[in-house]
Amino acid sequence: MRINCPICGDRDRREYYYQGAAVTLDRPAPDAEEAVWEDYLHLRENPAGRTRDLWHHEGGCGAWVVVTRDTVSHKIFEVALAADVKGAAR
Amino acid sequence: MRVANKGLVDRSKPVSFRFDGTSYAGFAGDTVASALLANEVRLMGRSFKYHRPRGVITAGSEEPNALITTGSGAQAEPNVRATVQEIYDGLVTRSQNAWPSLGFDVMAVNDLASGFLGAGFYYKTFMWPKKFWEAVYEPIIRKAAGLGALSGAHNPDTYERAYAFCDLLVIGAGPAGLMAALTAARSGADVILADEDALMGGRLNAETLEVAGKPGHIWAAETVAELAAMENVRLMTRTTVTGAYDGGMYGAVERVSQHRPLRGAAPLETFWRIAARQSILAAGALERPVAFQNNDRPGIMTASAVRSYLNRWGVSPGKQVAIFGNNDDAHRTARDLRAAGVHVAAVIDSRHDADIEGTDYPVYRGAQVCNSGGRMELESISLRTTSGIVNIQADCLAVSGGWNPTVHMTCHMNGRPTWSPAIQAFVPTVGSVPDMTAAGACNGVFSTHGCLEAGQQAAVAALGALGRKIAAVDLPQAEDSPYNLSPLWAVAGKGRAWLDFQNDVSVKDVKQAAVENFRSVEHMKRYTTQGMATDQGKSSNVMALAVLADATGRGIPETGTTTFRPPYVPVAIAAMGAGAQGKGFAPERLTTSHAQSVRMGAPMIEAGLWYRPSYFPRGDERTWRQSCDREVGFVRNTVGVCDVSTLGKIDIQGPDAAALLDFVYTNMFSTLKVGRVRYGLMLREDGHVMDDGTCARLGETRYLMTTTTAAAGAVMRHLEFVTQCLHPEWQVKITSVTEHWAQFAVAGPQARTLVNGLLDQPIDNESWPFMACGPATVLGVAGRLFRISFSGEHAYEVAVPARYGASLFGELVRRAEGLGGGAYGMEALNVLRIEKGHITHAEIHGRTTAFDIGMGRMVSDKKDCIGKTMSERPGLMDPEREQLVGLRPIGAVKQLSAGAHLFDSGAEAVAENDQGYVTSVGFSPDVGTFIGLGFVQRGPERYGEAMRMVDHLRGLEAEVEICAPVFVDPEGGRTRG
Amino acid sequence: MGELQAARPWAERLDVSIGRSALVEVDLGHLTVLAPFGAEAGMTEALSAAHGLGFPKPNRATGKDGGRCIWFGRGEALLIGPAPDASLADHGASVDVLDAWAAVSLSGAAAVDVLARLVPVDLREGAFKRGHSIRTQVMHMSASITRTGKDSFLILVFRSMAGTLSHDLKQAMAAVAARG
Repeated sequence: MRINCPICGDRDRREYYYQGAAVTLDRPAPDAEEAVWEDYLHLRENPAGRTRDLWHHEGGCGAWVVVTRDTVSHKIFEVALAADVKGAAR
Repeated sequence: MRVANKGLVDRSKPVSFRFDGTSYAGFAGDTVASALLANEVRLMGRSFKYHRPRGVITAGSEEPNALITTGSGAQAEPNVRATVQEIYDGLVTRSQNAWPSLGFDVMAVNDLASGFLGAGFYYKTFMWPKKFWEAVYEPIIRKAAGLGALSGAHNPDTYERAYAFCDLLVIGAGPAGLMAALTAARSGADVILADEDALMGGRLNAETLEVAGKPGHIWAAETVAELAAMENVRLMTRTTVTGAYDGGMYGAVERVSQHRPLRGAAPLETFWRIAARQSILAAGALERPVAFQNNDRPGIMTASAVRSYLNRWGVSPGKQVAIFGNNDDAHRTARDLRAAGVHVAAVIDSRHDADIEGTDYPVYRGAQVCNSGGRMELESISLRTTSGIVNIQADCLAVSGGWNPTVHMTCHMNGRPTWSPAIQAFVPTVGSVPDMTAAGACNGVFSTHGCLEAGQQAAVAALGALGRKIAAVDLPQAEDSPYNLSPLWAVAGKGRAWLDFQNDVSVKDVKQAAVENFRSVEHMKRYTTQGMATDQGKSSNVMALAVLADATGRGIPETGTTTFRPPYVPVAIAAMGAGAQGKGFAPERLTTSHAQSVRMGAPMIEAGLWYRPSYFPRGDERTWRQSCDREVGFVRNTVGVCDVSTLGKIDIQGPDAAALLDFVYTNMFSTLKVGRVRYGLMLREDGHVMDDGTCARLGETRYLMTTTTAAAGAVMRHLEFVTQCLHPEWQVKITSVTEHWAQFAVAGPQARTLVNGLLDQPIDNESWPFMACGPATVLGVAGRLFRISFSGEHAYEVAVPARYGASLFGELVRRAEGLGGGAYGMEALNVLRIEKGHITHAEIHGRTTAFDIGMGRMVSDKKDCIGKTMSERPGLMDPEREQLVGLRPIGAVKQLSAGAHLFDSGAEAVAENDQGYVTSVGFSPDVGTFIGLGFVQRGPERYGEAMRMVDHLRGLEAEVEICAPVFVDPEGGRTRG
Repeated sequence: MGELQAARPWAERLDVSIGRSALVEVDLGHLTVLAPFGAEAGMTEALSAAHGLGFPKPNRATGKDGGRCIWFGRGEALLIGPAPDASLADHGASVDVLDAWAAVSLSGAAAVDVLARLVPVDLREGAFKRGHSIRTQVMHMSASITRTGKDSFLILVFRSMAGTLSHDLKQAMAAVAARG
């Protein structure tokens, strides 16, 4: 498996640390309802298809990246810097 | 027997090797199989289950029968295919699965009992009593059935891993692969051409066909020479591409040294990870046998193998060769043998309408071979003809049941092959592996012209996808004969007709599986073991499917095929894990004090990747406890020195540095004064403790965070997560400086005396109070000084750039010893912190909260922080939770045990009565007994209460008292003086 | 009062030649991580004014032996050689990491083959030219690799792993050489 880091280019999967669903980008407000926090922390979709997750290019530039990929075909559609994704959302 | 003037072996280079103790002669270029056949040795192994005599049936890596062990002692390598192993002077090989000898194998008695040993026999017979399976049945079965055995000794052979990259990976160097590589290479693409043979050319080296008006092997050699001279081409011989993986990654195993008498430092094998933007699978096809009674007798092999031995190695596998086939290839074999002067006993063509003219050998049309005769080797065959049974003398039978394209790699990413009625075989389904194109015989194209053309077309398509200009390459002239075949899988008749030679699966077994309703091909495989082990059904798969289809009244496409998974050929685990032997397993992180610690006799223990001294033994100390007690005494009474460089040190700078720290720590850091240090607690977002440590404010916008040794990497990742994923707008930069600084704890009543001896500017309690920090000149070197304490004593940590670490440690130890103290190790450090109730990851193990460790009030209510919201859930602040306490033994047993559980006095020590557990223990010289830390339900309310401590694992029980988790200097006055 | 002695990352001087590759430890002078807060323009100007070096783009290096600035990760560069000018600290973090890294030079015709045993990145000249500099891994170690010449590479790993680095490189050098 290879992930095309927006900074370093195409790299072997072994350089990356896998975190989990990119849901964690959207931290709820401290006073958000319990259900919102539960969603954020514990509830995850398990799609057969397109999914977004966070990887850390720990063995490379150190960037956190959002990888959009297909869990069935393993095709990777997009790799974006988490800082950019987050910046765009602001 | 060797045939004159045939073959590509080097007859000027004789080679001598041994098989089962006997010395044989061959030539450079021979495999063990070709050399043994040249010496008229046909019996090469015993079968897996029935110990039937077996010889080679193929000439390649798909060989199911001729598995041998090479080398000896610890370097013995089992299950090597004799068809792949090249010979060299001094090579030692032996047969497997036979005792006492290949010719007389006691376990062949299994064959007589075969009536009882059919499909499912193990499952039915060894079911009861259940406990007998592991104890009795399995060991016996494993001993009787099996392949070669490992030596059990440490194998000194080295293996290697390596990476390669290319625009185009061409898998297989037969006509299709060579043509593809040539087209791509001349177009300037970066090409890797990999082939599992030592000699590239594929079937061109094994046939008498012409390409471009010259012998095929000459054309192949010339093409390889042209490719070898090109800078943009990498040729990888003896390299089997074993798997296709995500993102254009391919695994490949290269036999680097198996053919070399002297290896030196070279690895035995290299496991390659190849990243390719495009790939062309040109893996060829495998000829399949036909099942008939006793079709496993040594001397019976595929027709293509006979031609390989004849044309490639100049060996005829027999003196009187009969040929049995259902297609035109049978006759190609006869013509080659005749041309080489080998007697062709007969050609048995199962097709009634075979269009064969003007042969100079006997042909039986519409006939089938129905049995074979001979003792250890083939002596005769029986034919069923239109006019009855005919017996023919033959010492070799070449069988051709048609060709199976090598589709395996196209199935590695969940692809399923497609049935082609025209060739009665599976072909790759287009698009099964992204960016891979199958070309030539592996795609069901069997003429040389067709393969050359398909290779070129595949290259053109790949070059297009790569966006490259395509160089015009002339397609060489080659034969384009049609492939005429009439399906024949199994000859009807009594007795056992073998499908899977390696696993001793017969037609009857597959039919039996169907009768017992194992109708799914995956179920049939597991029930009969067809397609298991090293050859993974390469020769038997399609035959077995056809028999199952027939038995279940379905067509082959409806029956489907089992799943082909990587690796395509067996790969040693040692090759996949290459580089991880010994010191390659993980990096060793050594502190600057390492060499001196070792010189002082300290046993080094692993702390993550770091190595730290356990204790520093002295003179007449006989146990580690004696050393540990003495070192604890240094710190409590005089002064001790300990290397703490392994703790994570993170430089945090920027206008938003304080905001970041306030957000990741539960307590406030924006209010910390410059030149001061504060203890900080970090939570995970789910409210549990992640790590703890001190953080120093070096400047208005600059901090130095300290993490535990264990969590340094995780904390760094966490900080990057917060600054990139949650607050990318913050202006703050995070740099690990762990390795830049060598840092030493100097602890004990004499700590300041020692430290002042090092400093240009001596300090006192006013200028450098508890929790002060700042730059300091240490023996002339710019360093840092922190007044912090993990031991609870008056203590400092002195930091200098790492290059001075060894020298400073030497000075510190020398001076501490001068004051009656000295170095202390991890054991003493642990006792010291337990005495003070200071936590480590033994306590913050992932399931404890700030509340649990008595630090609930450290979660500031003035600000948000990671984990705050969740930490406030009622369940995480429930007084019933297990909370941190101290423990001391009060009964006859004075020993405590980390990992033990705690129960009410008198309660049975079972899970439902569990009240808590012990996390850390140590012998405290101050207290005079073992002391411990642990977690107990409502712990802080229960000081003074007696409990049962039970360690079921170590068989230890003690009576303990719950107490406050601080055993020494509870007021903390010592740190401040 | 005693004096502190400076020690190199390797107890014995690392200087070994096996087959067609040579490995030698290098003393790079000062090492400083430069990480601009926000925009790079200020740092770029200050670096150019003080040291005559450009702030490198990702995966690139500027300068040459004696004064070099290599890209060192997301938003970071490593100034190699000169002591950092004080003005740099006005434009971002400037962190002394002089002793954090052990540095070697691997050179020779087989150097790229040696690295192919240890590094999961294409370092052949077509893909990785002089002046290219990346962050990657050498086996399990976080590393920085810069091509400093036709057949030469500058490799940095954390100082504590200097022994593992030389072990892994020497083993790969011997294995490549033994292939003949």
